[in-house]
Amino acid sequence: MSGVLVVIEDRAGKISRISWEAVAAGQKLATALGLSLSAALIGSQTESLAAETSTKFSGKVIRVEHPLLAHYTADGFTIALHQLIQSESPAYVVFPHTYQVRDYAPALAARLNEVLISDVVAIAEEPAFTRQLLQGRLSGNYRHTGSGPCLVSVQAGAFRADAAAAGSAEVTVFTPTIDAAQIRTKPSEPFRGSSQTVDLGSAQLIVSVGRGIKEAENIPLVQDLATALGAELAASRPICDNGWLPMERQVGSSGQSVAPKLYLAVGISGAIQHLVGMKASQCVVAINKDPDAPIFEIADYGIVGDLFEVVPALTEAIKAAKG
Amino acid sequence: MKIIVAIKQVPDRDAQVRIDAAGKWIEETDLQYALNESDAYALEEALQLKEKHGGEVVVVSAGPERVGQTIREALAKGADRGIHIEAEDLGQRDALGVARLLAAAVKPESPDLVLTGLQSEDLGLGQTGVIVAELLGLPHATLILHVEKTDAGLTVKRELEEGWFQTIELPTPAVLTIQSGGNKLRYATLMGIKRAKMKEVRRVTAAELAADGAAVAQLERVSLPQKQKSTQILSGTPKEAAAALVEKLKFEVRVL
Repeated sequence: MSGVLVVIEDRAGKISRISWEAVAAGQKLATALGLSLSAALIGSQTESLAAETSTKFSGKVIRVEHPLLAHYTADGFTIALHQLIQSESPAYVVFPHTYQVRDYAPALAARLNEVLISDVVAIAEEPAFTRQLLQGRLSGNYRHTGSGPCLVSVQAGAFRADAAAAGSAEVTVFTPTIDAAQIRTKPSEPFRGSSQTVDLGSAQLIVSVGRGIKEAENIPLVQDLATALGAELAASRPICDNGWLPMERQVGSSGQSVAPKLYLAVGISGAIQHLVGMKASQCVVAINKDPDAPIFEIADYGIVGDLFEVVPALTEAIKAAKG
Repeated sequence: MKIIVAIKQVPDRDAQVRIDAAGKWIEETDLQYALNESDAYALEEALQLKEKHGGEVVVVSAGPERVGQTIREALAKGADRGIHIEAEDLGQRDALGVARLLAAAVKPESPDLVLTGLQSEDLGLGQTGVIVAELLGLPHATLILHVEKTDAGLTVKRELEEGWFQTIELPTPAVLTIQSGGNKLRYATLMGIKRAKMKEVRRVTAAELAADGAAVAQLERVSLPQKQKSTQILSGTPKEAAAALVEKLKFEVRVL
């Protein structure tokens, strides 16, 4: 076995940013271990994606092409990549940790008698893979002990996309054998949920509320703070799951990504899925009763205390400051 | 419709966690446990499907003695019976190892549908359901918010990133991993809790399932996460802390 294979994903015909981050992670592994680097693109027409990849990539680019791969299906991608891995025998396979990868890579790993070491945030030499545990409250170091390829997916934002080395790559085509009957699911075209009337992405000030608010009846408490500050009100997923605020106000991997000047997180513990949506904020303020909450790992300012006391006090202080 | 729901008992969200002496996991004595949240949504989806179409809901969970409590809670909410895979060494098994146990317990039941949450709150690997599908040779779909039974099988609503969705048609039997938020969770009623005591929980040991295999990935060490920023903690009474924050917002962050 040799080499590091990075599986690249496109988003609306362009290579996604997180794929470049996966390339950077793959590059890091290849350099540390003295292995060659290659990248796989999967689809029915990957020519332009291959051209885009080869300008920013120095290894081999493999176009995994088949008419049955025109639309993503777990069956199609698992079969195609399984055949590619058997043919190329990479020592490492690196994926971006996307919803799509989560859908098929565990099955692919199992077919190889391996597991996916998922959502990796750092790679140490040896190599050891760091991933978050208990919703970000602890870090865990994982080591691959299997005899087959080591499959790893990397978390969005964990590796710097611009760390991918530029170059001009050799492009080859791999044609897997897939039968239409092997694809058991029939996906529709993606569609938007509700019409997005709230654009949190361009908001400068955001007050965001999490599970710590406890009851729907307490939401006005943070609404008052947002109003006093002139901020948009946002929320973490559980608040929207419970229907306490509309889905369109959700920040995180399944909601909107934001980058305001100020992100004031109230009663949000800071699970990974939330942090990826807001860690680009310029200033993060966290109010939480748990001093060990992961939100404090990325906060500039923190108040450890009962939000039911702190938030009204803060609303009053802001009103007074604004006169 | 016979539905199996694979559920996991995880440390309670608000429990204080301490790293154990060996530095390999957390101290488990006196730890509070709860049903993994997305598994609760998987159970809810199963109960609603049963209410619409009839059939049976069976919950399966792997772990030590304490897992029995979480199984009883699921029975109190309306599941018909439970299967407890007794395993003391869950921590030494990787995702494939745990999925092998679940698949071995599920297979003889020949269900129409297997549901589980998309991810656990403790290890967060997000793989068990997909691996179970692979081991059982069944089609699967992940991050599902809504399940509809059709003549040909199922039509499900799958969540994609950034507010996008798609529908997927798939035949049964199938495995689905359920995203939170698709339904409103029910509470167990007093009557439900009473009835749960009479319901069957079959115990089977990991050894009896004969589904072992060497681990291919190992959690070697746990540690506290490294801080990415140095947080300035504003202390004092709520009023003092609020006043200090207003100063920062005014003069440092310049948003007031």
